[in-house]
Amino acid sequence: MQYTGTAHAVGANIDTDAIIPARFLVTTDEAQLGANCMEGLEAGWVARVRPGDIMVAGPNFGCGSSREHAPIAIKGAGIPVVVAHSFARIFYRNGFNMGLVLIEVGDGYAQLGDGSRIEVDTDAGVVRNLDTGAEVRCQPVPPFMQQILDAGGLVGYVGQRLAGEAR
Amino acid sequence: MPQTLAQKILQNQCAEAVGEAGSIARCRVSLVLANDITAPLAIKSFEAMGARAVFHKERVALVCDHFTPNKDIDSAEQVKAVREFARRMGVVHYYEGGDVGVEHALLPELGLVGPGDVVVGADSHTCTYGGLGAFATGMGSTDIAAAMALGETWFKVPPTIRVQIDGTPGAYVGGKDYILRIIGEIGVAGALYKALEFGGAAVEALTVEGRMTMANMAIEAGGKVGLFEADARTLAYAAAAGRTGDAALAPDPGAAYERTVRLDVTGMEPQVACPHLPENVRPVSEVRGVAVHQSVIGSCTNGRIEDLREAAAVLRGRRVARGVRLIVLPATPRIWRQALAEGLLEIFMDAGAVVGPPTCGPCLGGHMGILASGERTIATTNRNFKGRMGSLESEVYLSGPAVAAASAVVGAIASPADL
Repeated sequence: MQYTGTAHAVGANIDTDAIIPARFLVTTDEAQLGANCMEGLEAGWVARVRPGDIMVAGPNFGCGSSREHAPIAIKGAGIPVVVAHSFARIFYRNGFNMGLVLIEVGDGYAQLGDGSRIEVDTDAGVVRNLDTGAEVRCQPVPPFMQQILDAGGLVGYVGQRLAGEAR
Repeated sequence: MPQTLAQKILQNQCAEAVGEAGSIARCRVSLVLANDITAPLAIKSFEAMGARAVFHKERVALVCDHFTPNKDIDSAEQVKAVREFARRMGVVHYYEGGDVGVEHALLPELGLVGPGDVVVGADSHTCTYGGLGAFATGMGSTDIAAAMALGETWFKVPPTIRVQIDGTPGAYVGGKDYILRIIGEIGVAGALYKALEFGGAAVEALTVEGRMTMANMAIEAGGKVGLFEADARTLAYAAAAGRTGDAALAPDPGAAYERTVRLDVTGMEPQVACPHLPENVRPVSEVRGVAVHQSVIGSCTNGRIEDLREAAAVLRGRRVARGVRLIVLPATPRIWRQALAEGLLEIFMDAGAVVGPPTCGPCLGGHMGILASGERTIATTNRNFKGRMGSLESEVYLSGPAVAAASAVVGAIASPADL
């Protein structure tokens, strides 16, 4: 898959309370959660995002709680992919399960500055800064997780298995 | 192949041989957990998967502890959806109201988790049960929905960091101080994707409650699990909770560790984590005198009876400083009752504290202790992220119960030794 959009840089150790504060966790609705995305980082943050934009983060993105509302809020804000130095473990798993594409690039994230035009090519395993021409390699998706993605996410994967067992 | 605790416990629940760190293990789950924030999403995913029944009616626990007693109409609707799902599925372990407690204090007390179990919960502090020798970890709602439907899940086998803690600490130092110190040393991403395996003389001397306090915060270092051996203390705790058939559990000699972190706690002071990350840890003497508006004693980290006893010992015969709110929330109904029977609640009330029901409320800025802009709290909870307990312009400091109690009396961060 290829994604192209403007980078929104958010820094290191961005926690799930920053992505979606607890006071908004009284709904499971993607649009409502999306409207409050990153409200714990900065009031009104989401207003700067256009559909298809890309979030760029430092180490340990998504640390903190297991709230799946966090990747849902990012998707709800219109952001299909997050490129980070590294992700917190629970968030990483939640992202794939929710169909939010997460790309780990290590120190290369520093090449993807705020406001740059970014292209993510998951097949080629590369992230490009179209403004500077910088190319950053990304980690391949582990084979088992690819199975989940191929089934359309975890809901689809388990649905297939349950249907198989019923036969 | 000699195994770490993580590999050994996973092997307990896996049909295939558990491989090296980085390999995938598919395991049966002993218990699946969700709460009133995460269960509604799990139910949505469960239904979207086409699941019709939970894999085992006694191996799913739904604990409505975050926004309860319900703070508003939306949260009441969420709990209603969880309650109705529990009824429809015949879930035995549904808790709300008079029988609810903070999930990670409640489930061990009820004997629902123990040595050798593999537990997954839609709550990041599920890792608490590592204090009992369980491989327990937090996941998102959809992973939990899958586990509720299939009775199994998958894990990447984590590499293990061995944390060896020795020595005899000074007064008012406990499990919370040890774990804060460790997080301060390795950082909030220091155990990212990894298992923390705790051992050493100081850990062996800790109660099971103290070990659960430490395991609880493994996630604050990015850890997948925080694990302790199941020793004689663990087995006694499990038996007292009504469990049968538990066995001792220890890592194999010669198991492969990624690295070993050593900590000598001899003479160590109580520790405090400063805003806005749990790794900003200093000895209490370095932050003494920072004014606080609120002190919170409770949560899945430090709301157990030994925590309340520790706080009460500091507060006995003393008063909370004028203008400071002290909030004490015993973590479960049983702890509440025991604190009542031991006269602890009277000590808290005499000191001018608010004694509330078991709830996670203030820890996540849910309700019952929200901070205004410019306000500062010290809390026995586990996270001090920016805005965690209310306004983005508020601050949270983390400590053990003795320091939180002493700070309420002084109106500024203090050690009990300062009183």
